[in-house]
Amino acid sequence: MVDGLSFRLASGEALLLTGPNGSGKTTLLRALAGFLAPASGAIRLADAPPERERAELAHFVGHLDGLKSHLTVAENLRFWAAYLDEDGDGADGEGLEAALDRFDLAPLADIPAGYLSAGQKRRLALARLGVAARPIWLLDEPTVSLDAASVALLVKAIAEHVAGGGLAAIATHVPMALERAREIRLGVVLGAAAPEPAR
Amino acid sequence: MSPFLTLVARDLRLAVRQGGALGTALGFYMLVVTLLPLGLGADLNLLSRIAAGVLWIALLLSALLSLPRVFASDYEDGSLDILATGALPLELVAAAKALAHWISTSIPLALLAPVLGILLNLELDAYPMLVATMLVGTPAVSFLGAVGAALTLRSHRGGLLIALLVLPFYVPTLIFGIASISAFQGPGGVTSPFLILTAISLASVVLGPIAAAAALRLQMQ
Repeated sequence: MVDGLSFRLASGEALLLTGPNGSGKTTLLRALAGFLAPASGAIRLADAPPERERAELAHFVGHLDGLKSHLTVAENLRFWAAYLDEDGDGADGEGLEAALDRFDLAPLADIPAGYLSAGQKRRLALARLGVAARPIWLLDEPTVSLDAASVALLVKAIAEHVAGGGLAAIATHVPMALERAREIRLGVVLGAAAPEPAR
Repeated sequence: MSPFLTLVARDLRLAVRQGGALGTALGFYMLVVTLLPLGLGADLNLLSRIAAGVLWIALLLSALLSLPRVFASDYEDGSLDILATGALPLELVAAAKALAHWISTSIPLALLAPVLGILLNLELDAYPMLVATMLVGTPAVSFLGAVGAALTLRSHRGGLLIALLVLPFYVPTLIFGIASISAFQGPGGVTSPFLILTAISLASVVLGPIAAAAALRLQMQ
């Protein structure tokens, strides 16, 4: 899928992955999260506590929101807070409210997630980023079905995370106004007409 | 609360809110056992002789009905990826989900069995042993079933495939479950078949999640 890619991301930097559909953005993010092993090469994390796997230091927000439609917005978030944050301080009332507020979800807290619109579900999936402190954020097209105001909230959240010394890798088709962001443009789709070199 | 208990509690809460899976399993169990006397005729001696075996086999089939949902809903809505990023090893994620299945489905099925025993003219003194073998034997049903559920996660018509994969592994549980009940009614002691049944259950609780987690890792790639 992705070949000959090499990059280094320093603490406090955001990485924007762009490229046409099928160019391997999701594959790369899943490999970074540790779900896929690279066929060759390696992904290394400098200065990481050796006893913890990369996946445990990362938030992964993929195409699917990971929500249970029978649980309310607050219950969904409370579960992920208790599950993802071993120290358990994300699951208390204040941390949860702050995480909900961050994506403007507080008025919806008691509504079952099944009744939310696609954009609201996405915001709830993104609110998970706020309930457990993790240094790496892996976001796969996080702006899909978000309105302009929510995109602004997301960009603000990413900017704060990065400014606090975190890492972020974001696959996106929408330009994001982030300082200290680098961009990697992934290559050509397999099977698409690649320009033939002249003989 | 630890992540393990958090996950078990969430699955139990979902089982209560959704309700459908347990209702289907209990309804299926009741129907199969009810159909049998209708098909065999009202020979009370025959019915009471085969009652324990029928109740056990029907319980295994009913539990199979609910197994595909153990991992499927988490896989479909993306929760499984996020569960894998937790500090909890995938083995314990699988164990938590199998435990939730045991509590939410297998225990109600085991508790329904004595009620259905009346329909089959099960002998009175066999009731305590029937419930005891089922409560002790059903962890094997849930934890071995989780392996089948994990293996068939991405296949369409996974339910049928689960039956083919998992039912052979239920054979020892079935044999020693029934052996315990008949040993209880016979002159010999009940100890050895019942202890073997317990051992099968305990081994499944340990080995099932390890195999299920290996299957899940494969499916998530």
